[in-house]
Amino acid sequence: MRRVVITGLGMVSPLGSGVDHIWSRLINGESGINKIEGFEISDLPSQIAGQVPAGETSEGLFNVEEFVPAKDRRKLDPFIVFGMAAAQQAIEDSGWEPPNEESQFRTGVMIGSGIGGLQAIANGALILEEKGPRKLSPFFIPSALINLVSGQVSIKYGYKGPNHAVVTACSTGAHAIGDAARLIMLDDADVMIAGGAEAAVCRLGIAGFCASRALSSGYNDAPEKGSRPWDQGRDGFVMGEGAGAVVLEELEHAKARGATIYGEVVGYGLSGDAYHITAPPSDGNGGFRAMSAALKRAGISASDVNYINAHGTSTPLGDEIEFGAVKRLFGGNDNLCMSSTKSAIGHLLGAAGAVEAIFSIKAIQEGVVPPTLNLENPSEECRGINLVPLEAQERKIDIALSNSFGFGGTNASLVLKAFR
Amino acid sequence: MSNDVADRVKKIVVEHLGVEESKVVNSASFIDDLGADSLDTVELVMAFEEEFGCEIPDDAAEKIVTVQNAVDFISENV
Repeated sequence: MRRVVITGLGMVSPLGSGVDHIWSRLINGESGINKIEGFEISDLPSQIAGQVPAGETSEGLFNVEEFVPAKDRRKLDPFIVFGMAAAQQAIEDSGWEPPNEESQFRTGVMIGSGIGGLQAIANGALILEEKGPRKLSPFFIPSALINLVSGQVSIKYGYKGPNHAVVTACSTGAHAIGDAARLIMLDDADVMIAGGAEAAVCRLGIAGFCASRALSSGYNDAPEKGSRPWDQGRDGFVMGEGAGAVVLEELEHAKARGATIYGEVVGYGLSGDAYHITAPPSDGNGGFRAMSAALKRAGISASDVNYINAHGTSTPLGDEIEFGAVKRLFGGNDNLCMSSTKSAIGHLLGAAGAVEAIFSIKAIQEGVVPPTLNLENPSEECRGINLVPLEAQERKIDIALSNSFGFGGTNASLVLKAFR
Repeated sequence: MSNDVADRVKKIVVEHLGVEESKVVNSASFIDDLGADSLDTVELVMAFEEEFGCEIPDDAAEKIVTVQNAVDFISENV
């Protein structure tokens, strides 16, 4: 099988824009969770979220002007804008420009989303109701479709290879990277831009997740405390928005052009719970099987893994169940540590898996593990693994595993390895 | 009147298509000269309707392919 390495990284998140800036804030223990701005929240049970901060790029903030011209923004839901921005950063970081048409045919895109253009759909529905069908924009549908991040990126850069988009709720980003890597392994492409994008921090999105009783509601007056995976005081996840994208490349292709190689995608495992639409089974067997499959594909044993970037959303049930599955599979691995970066940026839904794979790669590269913020009093059931509470830890990481589990009972695990 | 209409039409075209003002001459075709696609032209007609408080039927909209066509239609029908 052909080997696949990561040669470009891009990210837009509640901690800012650009991987290096976001990483330094993450390692510093900073939180991107705040009181929600931009829409009415007084009647919503959950009033906090991780929103992408706008401003100057030089300050690490998100300047949309650098990614999408004003005339095109009306045609794009914010999730597409975030996805295009993360892709642009990753592509520029990788330095990859197809030199001829054959190279264009061998370069593809797979950037998914959990929900897609929720804001565009909400606004479109209001226009239809209030003003009638003649007032609906001709760009309404293409502004909201999930695969239009992949479509827009391919059009902008002339990538004519596989064009695909994953939709597996909160597992989207991990599935996208895993599936895109397989397309390269199977020789359908040499380069893939892969990741996830989400912009569901809107009234409809928050109200919807509140209705399914998934969000934290007890920290509206202390937003940065709201996301607290494994902590006794956790009471639901905190919504986040943004996008993560990586450039995946066949190893010899990357070497031949002298690309910077951040790490290798060595394992990928998938499973289904076949249990419940929003809850995992109490024994966490779906997550367990996804992790086991990823280790098997990587040809490594549980004792080889140094760091797990957990799904760890800060929900009462989910955190303990994932912890239990990890303990069963990795018990006896004294070198293991696990943290949840959702404690700092919230849950980016379809973008989470991509963003967290990038954090895992950075942990490998920098020899630093990001902290689990607000983990002050771990639950009784969540003890016996180093969960990197409150502060980052310096550790040598050769192999990292990143978990993503989604509504519908869909699980993905990625295994990433240092390329030294 | 028609000068005023022309200025307002051109302003909308500049904003929606993101083109330089100097290129938006009366004879300019939205698609051939100003880089619009078929969806852009639908949206332009909607913007004209909004600006001038009128309704442009689909069969008339199909004939509005240049700045001058738009100015003429609006001047005659509004």
